[in-house]
Amino acid sequence: MTLYLHQPRSMPTIGAHKSLTRDKLLWIYGRMTLIREFEERLKWLVETGLPAGPIHLYVGQEAVAVGVCAVLEVTDWIASTHRGHGHCIAKGVDVSRMMAELYGKSTGTNHGKGGSMHITDVRVGMLGVNPIVGMGVTHAVGAALAAKIRRTSQVAAAFFGDGAASTGAIHEAMNLASIWKLPVMFVCENNGYADATPVEYAVASRNISDRAAAYEMPGVTVDGQDVFAVWEAAHAAVHRARSGQGPTLIECKTYRYYGHHQGDNPLRYRTQEEEQLARNRDCIKRFRDKVIQEGLLQAADLDAIDESNHALLNEAVAFAESSPLPDPGELHTNVYVTEPR
Amino acid sequence: MNLDIKTPMREMTFSQAINDAIRLEMRRDPSVIIMGEDIAGAAGRAHLGFVDAWGGVLRATRGLITEFGPERVLDTPISEMGFVGAAVGAAMAGLRPIVEIMFVDLIGCCYDQIMNQAAKMHYMMGGQIQLPLVFRIPFGIHGGRRSYGGGAGAQHSQTLYSIMAHIPGLKVVVPSMAYNAKGLTIAAIRDNGPVIVMEHKFLGSAAKGTVPEDSYTVPIGHAEVVRNGRDVTLCGIGRMTHVCLDAAERLAGTGIDAEVVDVLTLAPLDEATILSSVRRTRRLVVVDEDTPTASMARDIAARVADKAFDWLDAPVKTVTPPDTPVPFAAVLEANYVPQSEEVVAVVRELLG
Repeated sequence: MTLYLHQPRSMPTIGAHKSLTRDKLLWIYGRMTLIREFEERLKWLVETGLPAGPIHLYVGQEAVAVGVCAVLEVTDWIASTHRGHGHCIAKGVDVSRMMAELYGKSTGTNHGKGGSMHITDVRVGMLGVNPIVGMGVTHAVGAALAAKIRRTSQVAAAFFGDGAASTGAIHEAMNLASIWKLPVMFVCENNGYADATPVEYAVASRNISDRAAAYEMPGVTVDGQDVFAVWEAAHAAVHRARSGQGPTLIECKTYRYYGHHQGDNPLRYRTQEEEQLARNRDCIKRFRDKVIQEGLLQAADLDAIDESNHALLNEAVAFAESSPLPDPGELHTNVYVTEPR
Repeated sequence: MNLDIKTPMREMTFSQAINDAIRLEMRRDPSVIIMGEDIAGAAGRAHLGFVDAWGGVLRATRGLITEFGPERVLDTPISEMGFVGAAVGAAMAGLRPIVEIMFVDLIGCCYDQIMNQAAKMHYMMGGQIQLPLVFRIPFGIHGGRRSYGGGAGAQHSQTLYSIMAHIPGLKVVVPSMAYNAKGLTIAAIRDNGPVIVMEHKFLGSAAKGTVPEDSYTVPIGHAEVVRNGRDVTLCGIGRMTHVCLDAAERLAGTGIDAEVVDVLTLAPLDEATILSSVRRTRRLVVVDEDTPTASMARDIAARVADKAFDWLDAPVKTVTPPDTPVPFAAVLEANYVPQSEEVVAVVRELLG
């Protein structure tokens, strides 16, 4: 058993928490907890009968999406995985429209035509949740190529899992990004499991970040349950990308608290002890403890955010429930972008 | 078509017409880029005096790099999944990429990007994105000056467009002559969604024609009656349109007047033009270079059987290769590809 928690070749933290503004700290906490609240609410809704299709909960991994998106602008791009709700929320997709999408309503992000595995909002740079493992990464590379050719200052972040790390798409994408020096960061969320297959079985190298060496880009492994460690690595990567030096690979060792998909029982392939060990290092709890201990934020600030998240989710569910279903004729629209003459 | 009668014309091959289309569109719109394997060649070797070594495997992209530079004419490594995916992402992020996939036989390496990603994005994202993306894909048996004798074997000779026409969201066009190759390519580049332009390898250098030098489009979704006739409709796709025209000539010598419809767009198919022709001639033979099971030929036959049954005087026929891989030996390959003699024989039987 080689879990992330044991000996990550982690970058030493340089005290990122101290260099972040109060507003940024509040934003980080707010996004991490909003993701948690959204996913827990969704889990409950599905368990009590919401037919939301297959869903893959992000609970446990919040520090990765939020730590990375904390260094991005709204105009920057991200590409996501099948486990994408967290990336959406971190990039600023409206949770009411996300919830409406999961309800299959016309007010959803994708007007009810996508569902959990295709949530997209290009207005905030979210190129799509993508359940064909590995493929979204190439789209981030393409967005970075567009940024370079159009001479904008945009960067792209490609999220992918430890399962995707073994697809050809990732390797082709990393090679292309490196030879073309594209402004992109590859963010591997190593949560230890690809479906029910443990990473130590499926990945030949000890750290997925080791593979960066093959593509002449920096590769770092960080504690993915520490939002400050993720932020630091992303901060360095985004600086490198924006200054034209090319891509970076960041491996975030993290953990998903639930099964691969809603309904999967992970105790068929991992132990309760291991789960507990991961939960003891919970990213939200550690953030909270740290900022309160160091006097950067007060408990009351954080409690207020918790409450406002709760209200936001109440609103989201009410919005989703009261929204109209798509018109049946919508089945036939948007097949072609340019309708045939 | 949208042509001024005084527009200057120039004789060019099918490949040159496509080159011309790309060049004009790249001049017109700086967001048009092109990428693929060896579309220029000798990438990064300009300092040694090597530029544009290949200009594409069929020379269709020759000269583009010298006019537009390596930033817009991107030689890629051999990584179809990677660069086709990058083209999808770039299209979402504001460019209008043209991707050359060297041969259709290679789409297995990037089929997910075509059928799961490009084809479905606009629909599954609820219409919030456009995806202006062109796939140029050479296909078919490269027979030199003959219709067979390519000898490239089972993995470098296929047609396979039916498996793309099958996917909702993709437009698939198959030009047959220099004129429509240029017009359809420009129409594809200006379309805001993914369009696949299937370019027959044999036609690349063999099909020559007088083509307007200016920009023009041939509309996607329209078939064309390229020869009028009363007795039978021959429907051709790509190079098979030429086989149909050849068969029609031969039939004319025996007093049979064949009409030839050039399908041009497989998806969305122009049913109306085909149905209206069949209603006049009352007989249909579809000639297709793709293998027949689940093919365009049988799709067209089924639509006509469904919608023109009362007009038909004979069963709808298809002339296609057998359901086999493409063989190597010239004698086997000749038996594989539909020939005009075969079309003539089928028509005689129908009218017999």
